[in-house]
Amino acid sequence: MNEMTTITTTLKDWETDQEVRWCPGCGDYAILKAVQRTLPEIGADPANTVFVSGIGCSSRFPYYVESYGFHTIHGRAPAFATGIKLSNPELDVWLITGDGDGMSIGGNHTMHVIRRNLNCQIMLFNNEIYGLTKGQYSPTSRVGTSSPSTPMGSVDRPALPCAFALGSGARFIARAYDVSKDLSGVLKAAHAHKGAAFIEIFQNCIVYNKDRFDDFTAKANAAGNQLWLTNGEPMLFNKGTQGIALDQESLTLKVVDVIDGDWQSAGVIVHDVTNRSVAHMLVEMPFGPFPMALGVIYDDPRPTYEESVLGQDAKAREGKVADLGKLLAKGQTWTVGE
Amino acid sequence: MASSVAAADTAPITHTDAPEAVVVRFAGDSGDGMQLTGGQFTLSTALAGNDLATFPDFPAEIRAPQGTLFGVSAFQINFGSTDISTAGDAPDVLVAMNPAALKTNVEALKPGGLIIADTGEFTKRNLEKAKYDSNPIEDGSLSKWDLLAFDISALTIEAVKPFGLGNKEALRCKNMWTLGLALWMFDRDRQPIVDWLNSKFAKKPEIAEANIAALNAGHAYGETAEIAGPLRKLHLDPVQQTPGLYRTITGAEAVSLGLVAGAQLAGLQMFFGGYPITPASAILHNLTKMKEFGVTTFQAEDEIAAICSAIGASYAGHLGVTSSSGPGIALKGEAMGLAVMTELPLVIVNSQRGGPSTGLPTKTEQSDLYQAIYGRNGDTPLPVIAARSPSDAFECAIEACRIAVQFMTPVMLLTDGYIGNAAEPWKVPDPNDYDPFPAKFLTEKNGPDDTLLPYKRDGHGVRPWIKPGTPGLMHRIGGIEKAIDTGNLDYAPTTHQAQTDARKAKVDGVANAVPLQDVSLGNTSGKLAVVGWGSTFGPIHQAVRRARAKGMDVSHIHVRHVWPLPRNLGDLLRSYKKILVPEMNTGQFKTVLRDQFLVDAQPLNKVSGQPFAIAEIEAAIAAFFDNIPDNEGGEVEPNRSQLPSVKAENQ
Ligand code: SF4
Repeated sequence: MNEMTTITTTLKDWETDQEVRWCPGCGDYAILKAVQRTLPEIGADPANTVFVSGIGCSSRFPYYVESYGFHTIHGRAPAFATGIKLSNPELDVWLITGDGDGMSIGGNHTMHVIRRNLNCQIMLFNNEIYGLTKGQYSPTSRVGTSSPSTPMGSVDRPALPCAFALGSGARFIARAYDVSKDLSGVLKAAHAHKGAAFIEIFQNCIVYNKDRFDDFTAKANAAGNQLWLTNGEPMLFNKGTQGIALDQESLTLKVVDVIDGDWQSAGVIVHDVTNRSVAHMLVEMPFGPFPMALGVIYDDPRPTYEESVLGQDAKAREGKVADLGKLLAKGQTWTVGE
Repeated sequence: MASSVAAADTAPITHTDAPEAVVVRFAGDSGDGMQLTGGQFTLSTALAGNDLATFPDFPAEIRAPQGTLFGVSAFQINFGSTDISTAGDAPDVLVAMNPAALKTNVEALKPGGLIIADTGEFTKRNLEKAKYDSNPIEDGSLSKWDLLAFDISALTIEAVKPFGLGNKEALRCKNMWTLGLALWMFDRDRQPIVDWLNSKFAKKPEIAEANIAALNAGHAYGETAEIAGPLRKLHLDPVQQTPGLYRTITGAEAVSLGLVAGAQLAGLQMFFGGYPITPASAILHNLTKMKEFGVTTFQAEDEIAAICSAIGASYAGHLGVTSSSGPGIALKGEAMGLAVMTELPLVIVNSQRGGPSTGLPTKTEQSDLYQAIYGRNGDTPLPVIAARSPSDAFECAIEACRIAVQFMTPVMLLTDGYIGNAAEPWKVPDPNDYDPFPAKFLTEKNGPDDTLLPYKRDGHGVRPWIKPGTPGLMHRIGGIEKAIDTGNLDYAPTTHQAQTDARKAKVDGVANAVPLQDVSLGNTSGKLAVVGWGSTFGPIHQAVRRARAKGMDVSHIHVRHVWPLPRNLGDLLRSYKKILVPEMNTGQFKTVLRDQFLVDAQPLNKVSGQPFAIAEIEAAIAAFFDNIPDNEGGEVEPNRSQLPSVKAENQ
């Protein structure tokens, strides 16, 4: 992502002396470890790395990473990150947000940071619940979620973070879950992408929404319900016995059986991370009839916001001398004599 | 409005002797180009060496229906051969381009003042739109004024005929015709306006020429027309000014330049995060054109993102600046709290307008003082500075940058719609006359045993500024209460007490780093002090000057540092018998003064969306001294609405 001097660190170098305050068993621990494992592998420099977060359980994250960290206010982390990157584009900025922080109170900022394509990694921890405020349903909660604020079950339909991001113009979309061994690979791909990289991470809130994602994350369900996407590879799951194909008539995706590994004749699609139309279909694929699409769904970079803005700034400054005296005396002036 | 003004001040222009000062108001439909006319007349006034002050007054609607009362746009200028500090109370001359403009403005005109009206626009249709039952030009209802009515529309069309413009385009030159007449009236040089038109319409020379022809025709009309009666040429001598280079400046320009100068004096790049809002947008527009001074501007998705991005920039080592007006400032409140908590420098400009809610977007008010001083959750103090005039806004912006950087704190700079839009002559300052205040960044660990203490305070209670990217100084900051020195999360009762006290002490300490309060006019003790802040400076100053000329013992104190207050202000106020506080709100600064100093400050309030007239303040001063032998001074009539009601007392 950033052209920075690669430096050597270990996982330990990225741990702070602060006591981690998430509930025991919270999915956040696994995500933290995955990040701390990944940072040395990508050669990140703690002095040049900034974690910026909003408010919520996930947003405590920066306190536990030995780098620069800014724990800001609810939903606004993208705006802080924008000011940081426009002031120092060399910094490697990671945004940490949640489904409440990023999709509800901060939905507007999430949209605009993606639309502008600020070069940063946006990790949205989706646990489908408000944890820190003790369990109210969130904008990603499924219909019927019973919570202190919705004792008869929630009635509003959930937002799909990846579809929202794509609709906002995202050039990188990925999905993973907290304890997945492939989370690190997704983070690396996000970091390698130049521009706003949006990563939805399903996260288990064991206190208020326990095992919400078991349908596809539990060991027994994983193979049949996880579709891990790899660029250039066919979209296969269930140990290669099923795949995703395009229904030529309805122009929608469908699940097909793959006999003896012959995915070609089953019409299984080869994943192309630059295919935006297929990306739209993948992020909207209803879970149940379809598996959960995971991994890098879409990756097709465009110029970043900060290089465009700072490029304009540089152009505007070209050949000009910053002469304050001249600036003050600009326009029509007159002299009053002695 | 001006009913109580002393006789000498209401006298109309005497046509034989040139007066010391004249007030002219140009009023027309928003499409008539009155602001442009006013702007160019201002320039010519400045070039003639007169002192001046202006007051643009335009409708909130971008394109209000033509000819309607709410679509009237006006521009008032007060100029003369004496010191001018307000846009003037009542105009001497009213230029009314249509019936609606006449209707909405004529009552303000001084008795005996001059009306110049374009009869071409006094059609049945336009009279109806302006809700006139009969034509005021013909029905004698304007008899207390001098009336000069002629068909400016037709004269303009005639003048621009050679340029082959359509009727609509030809009529657009009306404002230049009128300006030409005004230039003749006040004995002004046309050349600067001609130059301006040529450069403005460089790409459309025929439009430039048509406008110049209209300008010349208006001028020639004054010169040659055989008009019996009111139209006379007047020459006002140049005012005695300090020698030097001058230009005109509006408050919005002055704030922009002051912010750039402030960032330069701090040795910092500036990041400006803004969101469009009336009347603050001009600052965003101006700064975008000053990129060579290390300025980056960002139009954010909303007011909250605007301030948050600015805080992010300050965190990264730039000088973060944001600006808005009341409603936007309300949205920024939570983020200001974070800037106070994380102790990062930040300048927040509030160009106040009439409130509450959307209120009066294009009108002026001073009603955000409580919001500025108190308007955040928690004990969240931050310094507040108020500019008194367009040119003063330059000094105040520099001061805001200095305090923000030296004290690692957000600072709010208050201006208002009046200061923002009004223009006045400005003696161009020399940047070398300002002391730099270079920002310092921590580059090495500052604690014992090779530790970093991000919240270790210096003798002024100020923590170090640490830029991300600095090797070895990684640390975390945020909005949660933090331990002394280390800044680690800490909710302990003693910690919160200590840090709340420390934040307050730091901001209180700013009072030691700002000048002592001076007296703008008058003595350091006496019978009555008129205490103001912000854009009421002009009318208070003139009112006090006039009252003093009549022998009244009254002084003017104008406070720039409205929070924390100058450390001598309490003693100074207590040296007067009475204190009168004129404000364009319902008494906010009065309450602050009472609270801080237990003084009996009395309010004088106005919230009509219009600045104070000198006469209004003069009348309040006069009431204090009225009927007292030898001007001994009496009681200021208490404002009932400011006292606790009897009912409340009985409860
Ligand atoms: S409430 Fe849920 S999300 Fe928050 S720390 Fe506990 S388990 Fe994690």
